[in-house]
Amino acid sequence: MMLTRYITQIGRYFLMLKEIFNKQTKWSVMKNLIFKEIDDLIIGSLGIVAFISFFVGGVVAIQTALNLTNPLIPKYLIGFATRQSVVLEFAPTFISVIMAGKMGSFITSSIGTMRVTEQIDALEVMGVNSLNYLVFPKIIALLLYPFLIGIAMFLGVLGGWMAGVYGGFISSAEFINGTQMDFIPFHIVYAFIKTLIFAMLLATIPSFHGYYMKGGALEVGKASTVSFVWTSVSIILFNYILTQLLLGS
Amino acid sequence: MIEVKNIEKSFGGNKILKGISTVFETGKTNLIIGQSGSGKTVLLKSLLGIHTPESGTISFDGRIYSELNPDEKRELRTEIGMVFQGSALFDSMTVAENVGFPLRMFTKDNNKKIQERVDFVLKRVDLTEAHKKLPSEISGGMQKRVAIARAIVNNPKYLFCDEPNSGLDPNTAILIDNLIREITEEYNITTVINTHDMNSVMEIGEKILFLKDGLKAWEGNKEEIFRTDNEAVVAFVYSSNLFKKVREAYLKE
Ligand SMILES: Nc1ncnc2c1ncn2[C@@H]1O[C@H](COP(=O)(O)OP(=O)(O)OP(=O)(O)O)[C@@H](O)[C@H]1O
Ligand SMILES: [Mg+2]
Repeated sequence: MMLTRYITQIGRYFLMLKEIFNKQTKWSVMKNLIFKEIDDLIIGSLGIVAFISFFVGGVVAIQTALNLTNPLIPKYLIGFATRQSVVLEFAPTFISVIMAGKMGSFITSSIGTMRVTEQIDALEVMGVNSLNYLVFPKIIALLLYPFLIGIAMFLGVLGGWMAGVYGGFISSAEFINGTQMDFIPFHIVYAFIKTLIFAMLLATIPSFHGYYMKGGALEVGKASTVSFVWTSVSIILFNYILTQLLLGS
Repeated sequence: MIEVKNIEKSFGGNKILKGISTVFETGKTNLIIGQSGSGKTVLLKSLLGIHTPESGTISFDGRIYSELNPDEKRELRTEIGMVFQGSALFDSMTVAENVGFPLRMFTKDNNKKIQERVDFVLKRVDLTEAHKKLPSEISGGMQKRVAIARAIVNNPKYLFCDEPNSGLDPNTAILIDNLIREITEEYNITTVINTHDMNSVMEIGEKILFLKDGLKAWEGNKEEIFRTDNEAVVAFVYSSNLFKKVREAYLKE
């Protein structure tokens, strides 16, 4: 019973994806919708992403420093560990899980409210492809999501450097040396492939939960919660699969 | 003209419309009346294609809706104006942006032309000061009027109104009724209105369809509704003493 319901939902999700690209909204209208979504989703998340990355980067550096008690282990490993964990996992994956809460609940509740107040019906009645109108601009705006994650990577490492150096754990030169050690360019490619896929999940799963919700204001709240659960579960699952595919041999 | 043939619609095994056939005429205000929960909104939404009936056909001046391809359906929908029961204004847009929306979406008009048309229809519904306000900043009656303005801005051939004057004071209600009737005549629109307001029935009921238990229980016009001895209609329409007296007085004349 549960299983068939999940499978129907997944089928519906893919039909939705197809419909999003079906009949395009006029470019002169779409252009403005895209700018608005960039403002709401990307620019509007800069502050919180910067704040979290900077401080978590710092904590990663301190934790690593505190756990390296053996004097034989070189100090620059602090820089190395900070870079690896921030670039590979923290920035792409954990920021995305946080964004599943922030952007996701915003998307689900705004689309869900439009559903319960019949604004989506109004769009459809006018002959607008409401899925294209509502979801397409979010997908395009989230193509800039890697930019947000790039900032998170930079600030995370910067936070690590500051915490390491100003906390007296490591010298600046050693930390920087560590961040440049054993650099594998493909790791960056891997991180950004993940990021782009997470961006698409972030744009579409919350939209799905908002668009197909039924009921009233109370259900909008419930839909946001359910949407957060599914978006973060998908991100974690895709993270596992992509890591296995791209880094595992 | 909209021809409805044998429409049936259920939700989860619960049959709401049980085979309804009728004709909504062009240039007239066609009313759908019936008790709360009798399926008026479901019927209207089935006409609009928001609900898909299990059986039956709906034809818009010869175009059978279920036989159109998606593009033709969208094309047809640009000829439709709809006033929802709860107005359904876009709450992120100002009044003027709401009204101009169908023009921005579906015409090649430039901004100046759109603005002129928006000014014109807003004036037509007696709203001249609200252009820059958001829907949340205006009253329910004003929202209804904005919804009407939005529905007529692109010169629709078909206009659907779901209880356009419910929750309004008698004055505003009559104003809106008359407005819809005038527009209908002026532009020769096929207008379908859901209502349970008896005032509207007496004022603008050029064609009345009475729904009961998912079936068409009666149809006629506002003169006929005074004379009918159909029990269901009499029980529904003349449930208030006032209307009973109005009817008696009318029949004496
Ligand atoms: N989307 C839906 N899913 C399930 N049942 C529905 C749905 N929409 C309407 N119904 C049911 O259909 C019946 C008719 O509802 P409808 O909204 O058409 O009534 P109405 O005549 O418009 O009433 P009112 O005058 O109160 O607006 C109700 O019993 C309602 O519960
Ligand atoms: Mg209704």
